[in-house]
Amino acid sequence: MAGPFDIVVIGGSAGSLSMVLQILPYLKMDIPIAVVVVFHRKSSEDTTLIELLSHRTEFEVKEVDEKDLIRPNVVYVAPADYHVLIEKDHTLSLDVSEKVNFCRPSIDVTFESAADVYGKSLMCILLSGANADGVQGLKAARDKGGFVVVQDPASAEVSYMPQQATEQLPVDLLLHDDNIDVLIDCLRLPKR
Amino acid sequence: MSYLPCYNVIYHNADMNQETSLDLSDNEIEIVLHDLVEVHGYDFVNYSRASLKRRINRLVANDKFLSFAEFRYRLRSDDVYFKHFVEEITVNVTEMFRDTQFYRTLREEILPVLATSPLIRIWHAGCSTGEEVYSMAILLQEARLLQKSLLYATDINPAVLEKVRAGVFPMNQMKQYSENYILSGGKNDFSSYYTAQYNAAKFDEQLGKKIILANHNLVSDSSFNEFQLILCRNVMIYFDKELQERALKLFDDSLEPLGFLALGSKETLKFSSISHKYRQVANKEKIWRKIR
Repeated sequence: MAGPFDIVVIGGSAGSLSMVLQILPYLKMDIPIAVVVVFHRKSSEDTTLIELLSHRTEFEVKEVDEKDLIRPNVVYVAPADYHVLIEKDHTLSLDVSEKVNFCRPSIDVTFESAADVYGKSLMCILLSGANADGVQGLKAARDKGGFVVVQDPASAEVSYMPQQATEQLPVDLLLHDDNIDVLIDCLRLPKR
Repeated sequence: MSYLPCYNVIYHNADMNQETSLDLSDNEIEIVLHDLVEVHGYDFVNYSRASLKRRINRLVANDKFLSFAEFRYRLRSDDVYFKHFVEEITVNVTEMFRDTQFYRTLREEILPVLATSPLIRIWHAGCSTGEEVYSMAILLQEARLLQKSLLYATDINPAVLEKVRAGVFPMNQMKQYSENYILSGGKNDFSSYYTAQYNAAKFDEQLGKKIILANHNLVSDSSFNEFQLILCRNVMIYFDKELQERALKLFDDSLEPLGFLALGSKETLKFSSISHKYRQVANKEKIWRKIR
């Protein structure tokens, strides 16, 4: 039984930005959760992504610095070329080890380590993409009791990545453009 | 699912393919780390646990251990396997001229300061397979400083030091490194620095002549010289705060007054006890100068 939630980890590749931009405005300060976004992106030198996301939400948006303490109402964005992991003391750590699924940051790496720390209070969202990254991570999240959300492949710009997920594991919520409010209702579950 | 808003929540009829590979628990990881100290004298206790756990579990899966007991026994009793363990769980991913702006800053702002010194001593702490050391050697050569420089390259993992000595890197990386080199302000033909041999690029021996290799562990070893520049990039991200603090003190003890300390693009001195003795160089790069 998943929830209530402390953290949402969003993984996205090609075509996923628009869905993130749609979700962000729903994040209001009365929702006490932290968000970690792992995008497959090319360069950290472009700070425009952080700016772009900041304009869409009341939450603070920042690129992950190593040892950042995870706080509610903050969106942490994985830096290009680093894996992001979560420690038991709820800090974020960075790792430049081998690419996973040809990616660094890899969505699997963050999903798996978040599952290990947060268990039932983790929600993972896998969005559009052309890569198989994220599916193993969703399985790990599910095994630890986390809540699994996948963008509806039919409505994703690039269906391959969410399609892999829906084919390989049960999904708790299939996300499309007009049920984001359902997702947010889940996040508003009262803390025990 | 009593308190979830269940409408619109859907399930697919997919198989739950259970992973059968062995997954060590936190407690088992603790036991392994304790064994490493006790049996082999290697202390990974203060490494960032999430990354370490991931790498150990990956090793256990790759090497197809069926039980924790079997893995533990092998690691305790087999020195060859222990060497393999160290090689696999330390991160040895590195690049030439990674973070091109950083190298541009070294070239344009730091080397001209070092140039005034009669002998330039540089320490690459956690040098891995040496791509950064060779990048530095190229910068020094182009600034005509290599002859009066010594590059100390150290790592916890003895296996990588052999690779530094050889100065041979995969040929398929050279296109990327060449682009990095140009973006960092390099003016020469990058391919003039190496000879292609099938899949390998063998770097000019002149570049390797000033490199001094040593096995050094930032966890347990002490300062061994004084330097004008220490580079330790993307090494401390694997340490917890306590161990980071130890490493930074070690660097502070090993830096001459007005020396430079260079860290990885996501690392900082800011919250450490030595921060008041350092000033970050003017641009955004992660280079600090020891001012007191």
